[in-house]
Amino acid sequence: MTTIRIPTPLRPYTGGNSAVAVSGATVGEALADLTRLHPQLRPHLYDGEELRSFVNVYLNKEDVRGLQGAQTAVAAADTLMIIPSIAGG
Amino acid sequence: MIATRDNLTDLRPHSFAAPRLDTTRPEDLIGNTPLLRLDRAAAAFALSTRVTLLAKAEWVNPGGSVKDRAARHIIHEAERRGLLRPGMTLLDATSGNTGIAYAMLGAARGYRVKLAVPENVSPERLAILRAYGAELVLTDPLDGSDGAILEARRIAAADPTVYYADQYNNPANWQAHYLTTAEEIWRQTDGTISHFVAGLGTSGTFTGVTRRLRELNSAVACVSAQPDSPFNGLEGWKHMATAIVPGIYDAALADGNVTVRTEEAHAMARFLARHEGILVGVSAAAAVVAALSVARELDEGVVVTVLPDSGYKYLSERFWLE
Ligand SMILES: Cc1ncc(COP(=O)(O)O)c(C=O)c1O
Repeated sequence: MTTIRIPTPLRPYTGGNSAVAVSGATVGEALADLTRLHPQLRPHLYDGEELRSFVNVYLNKEDVRGLQGAQTAVAAADTLMIIPSIAGG
Repeated sequence: MIATRDNLTDLRPHSFAAPRLDTTRPEDLIGNTPLLRLDRAAAAFALSTRVTLLAKAEWVNPGGSVKDRAARHIIHEAERRGLLRPGMTLLDATSGNTGIAYAMLGAARGYRVKLAVPENVSPERLAILRAYGAELVLTDPLDGSDGAILEARRIAAADPTVYYADQYNNPANWQAHYLTTAEEIWRQTDGTISHFVAGLGTSGTFTGVTRRLRELNSAVACVSAQPDSPFNGLEGWKHMATAIVPGIYDAALADGNVTVRTEEAHAMARFLARHEGILVGVSAAAAVVAALSVARELDEGVVVTVLPDSGYKYLSERFWLE
């Protein structure tokens, strides 16, 4: 299973977990599995079927938008990260 | 007149005495920013014709943001109290703009500047910080700005040669706005301001401006703005309910609070660029969304907000293309 690391502001919606193991062969499937496991996450990440434009997903430190986006293949050993934007100051 | 061999002497200075130089330090350029009218936005959002929407153009500051004001006052106060002395290093946690301001002022005043910054800070900000020669400690992006704050506290506790400026808890932060931003707004509106609206980051801008405006006219309504959710793209703003709350923040100060959704701010950034000719950052666009939501309820009034920075540091974001 692929690991998705969860940023601090989203942990209230994953029962406090900082990492969630998901299944899926692509980034899109992995994120879909994440929001199936933790439905409260969905409105924070998605606008309808689309990932909200400020949501940055990294595969092993690379922005998936620079790879094949939601179609990017993921393997069990991979780690995805959802990166928050940076708050004030 | 074109200088030729014949008339060249006419162009020579008459005296070689030491000239009186009319010079300015970078920090003297901080503040006294223009107050812009947002008439197109006011019309597009159907405000009453007796409501004026105004905004401080803070990117005009030499470091490119409103945070120049806070950083300058924090440094002056620390020097005056003997907390920051030659040879010391100024340390703080920052999302970028305060760091840029410290790096600029530190370079000019001969201090080293060390900044705890989340690793996912935009490439534009990193490049600027490095150009000014700041030393960067990059923190876990998953922990956001709170991770940078905790790292700065760790460094400060371990190293007595640093001055930890701590913008989130340093009263000089809000006092900068009490002393400058509020006075400018009062003067530039000839005392007619009826509403002040600003986003909350450290809360320095909102706190300082509100405290001074209330002294000048207790009837001025002051409204603070925050992201609608802990996970948002409003870089520079803080979701107070879920973040480390700044010590300088006073939740009782505001007459009202509004929340802004990231997508609304992105749409406003595009609107301001394309219809006002004003290219601002995401938090500035969010401030305009918040100010409009206040202004829409009014029959008459003068609503003032603050545009913390320009759009230049956000050009790598995708929303401009929508
Ligand atoms: C882009 C931007 N917007 C808004 C703010 C919030 O200002 P304040 O810290 O005075 O609340 C900041 C502060 O860092 C900022 O950098």
